[in-house]
Amino acid sequence: MNKIGLYTKKVIEHFKNPHNMGRMKNPDGIGKVGNIICGDVMWLYIKVGKDKKGREIIKNIKFETFGCVAALATSSVITDLAKGKTIEEALKINRNDVVKSLGGLPPIKLHCSVLAADALTEAIYDYLSKNKREIPKELRETRQRIEKEKKEIEERYKEWIKIEEEMHKK
Amino acid sequence: MEKRIYLDYAATTPVDPKVKKAMLPYLSQKFGNTMSLHSFGQEARETLEESRKTVADLIKAKAKEIIFTSSATESNNLALKGIALANREKSRHIIISPIEHPCIMESAKFLETQGFEITRLKVDKYGLVDPGDVKKAINPIRKSSISNGARKNTILVSIMHANNEIGTIEPIEEIGKIIKESNIQHPESRIYFHTDAAQSFGKIPIDVNKMNIDLLSASSHKLYGPKGAACLFIREGVKITPILHGGGHEGGLRSSTVNVPAIVGFAEAARICEREMRREAEKLTKLRDKLIKGVLEKIDGSHLNGHPKKRLPNNANFWFEFVEGESMVIQLDLLGVASSTGSACSSAKLEPSHVLLAIGLKPQEAHGSLRLTLGRWTKESEIRYLLKVLPEVIKKLRKISPFKKHE
Repeated sequence: MNKIGLYTKKVIEHFKNPHNMGRMKNPDGIGKVGNIICGDVMWLYIKVGKDKKGREIIKNIKFETFGCVAALATSSVITDLAKGKTIEEALKINRNDVVKSLGGLPPIKLHCSVLAADALTEAIYDYLSKNKREIPKELRETRQRIEKEKKEIEERYKEWIKIEEEMHKK
Repeated sequence: MEKRIYLDYAATTPVDPKVKKAMLPYLSQKFGNTMSLHSFGQEARETLEESRKTVADLIKAKAKEIIFTSSATESNNLALKGIALANREKSRHIIISPIEHPCIMESAKFLETQGFEITRLKVDKYGLVDPGDVKKAINPIRKSSISNGARKNTILVSIMHANNEIGTIEPIEEIGKIIKESNIQHPESRIYFHTDAAQSFGKIPIDVNKMNIDLLSASSHKLYGPKGAACLFIREGVKITPILHGGGHEGGLRSSTVNVPAIVGFAEAARICEREMRREAEKLTKLRDKLIKGVLEKIDGSHLNGHPKKRLPNNANFWFEFVEGESMVIQLDLLGVASSTGSACSSAKLEPSHVLLAIGLKPQEAHGSLRLTLGRWTKESEIRYLLKVLPEVIKKLRKISPFKKHE
């Protein structure tokens, strides 16, 4: 049996024993993504250091997540994928890497892999901009998409909450 | 997995061994088609009519007022669409609660597209419909109809007997009385009263006459009978238009070869419920209250959903701060406990339960909901086990969550 309910064994392993879980003191960058109203919120913390060649790497990484099984597992696995990688390499980690590392996700949970990849992007962006570094073009584009989606979700839920409120007034 | 504890009896129940035994002869020996003229068919027919009588007895109805269907969803669809279509030239206004099962909500939405007007009442924080609201919702429309023609007359009020998620029991008898009074005052504009009793049938007493119910839906698999059998009570004299046309089974109201083995099981299950209901309700209420008390005492930031007293004997529903429902359900499953949640992440729509939102929970609160429903074979030791593991599960998930208390 390679699956437990909806999920692969790998997902359940990460869910049961998440890696790099918890809050980080004085992180160099934080990525906060998701929306409590939708039910998934991911906070990713990174500490940046240098490797032997003097390149900047993600020396330490931790997460805190409110969400479903897939949200917790993707958070955990992305910390594994990013730890020890150079900033450049880390920025290349995408949703497909996340899904692949977990042996797959149910279709309705694929958005959780996007969330995890976005959290890492945001954390790196936070680090770079705090240190007044140049933002690579690709990163700028990714951020534009993240911002746009964030607004869309907020709009959608504003609309939806308005309907709910009207229903209560009746 | 060693331990397996089932606390999701509101989703479905195992077939009672006595029910299974009653059904078995009807699979390969007494397999006849109820429409056949020969002895095989007549034997099946006789059994069908006996089953009808048994099911009718449980709600103090007449046998001829029961038709068998395949599911509560089908019964609810037939009740709403059947009444609406049969009366569409006279009246087009339907009243429902906002916490009905999706099969009622969606049927109502469909009827809206067909020119019907739907009023969705509100509920209070416990999920209770105010009978006064029913009275208000039917009255003005009735008055205006005198000058505007009959199109806006209320034709149907459909309020569930007990809610499937939070277990709240609605004041059905009071609502029935209001509709009856209205029907006495305005005999020219009859309003029908339907209730979805899928969760209450066999668990708490129902008397369709005392409660002035015209139509009632119930399903076998919620009361230790098999899946694939359900019923709709239709009061004598109430006309509905069928949805399934064909060979004219079930008085022409539901064509389809009759599922005799499942119906025999349904009837046997109803018989057992009639006998055991009082004892079982007492036992389950005790266990439920122990569970509710235990959870609220042991877990900080835990809240009960639904009414503390006016609730099904077997239902407990909570929401927990800072944790998400699907994660709770899977953690519990890994520890051997089957439960359920109204969180968006567990649904295909990615929106939290409409029931929890209707009782005033915010989406983030509804995401943290957990439903535990007990049944015939729930033991006290199982509740003790749950009370041991649930606080650990919540603690673990809160540790992972970025939202914590005092921060």
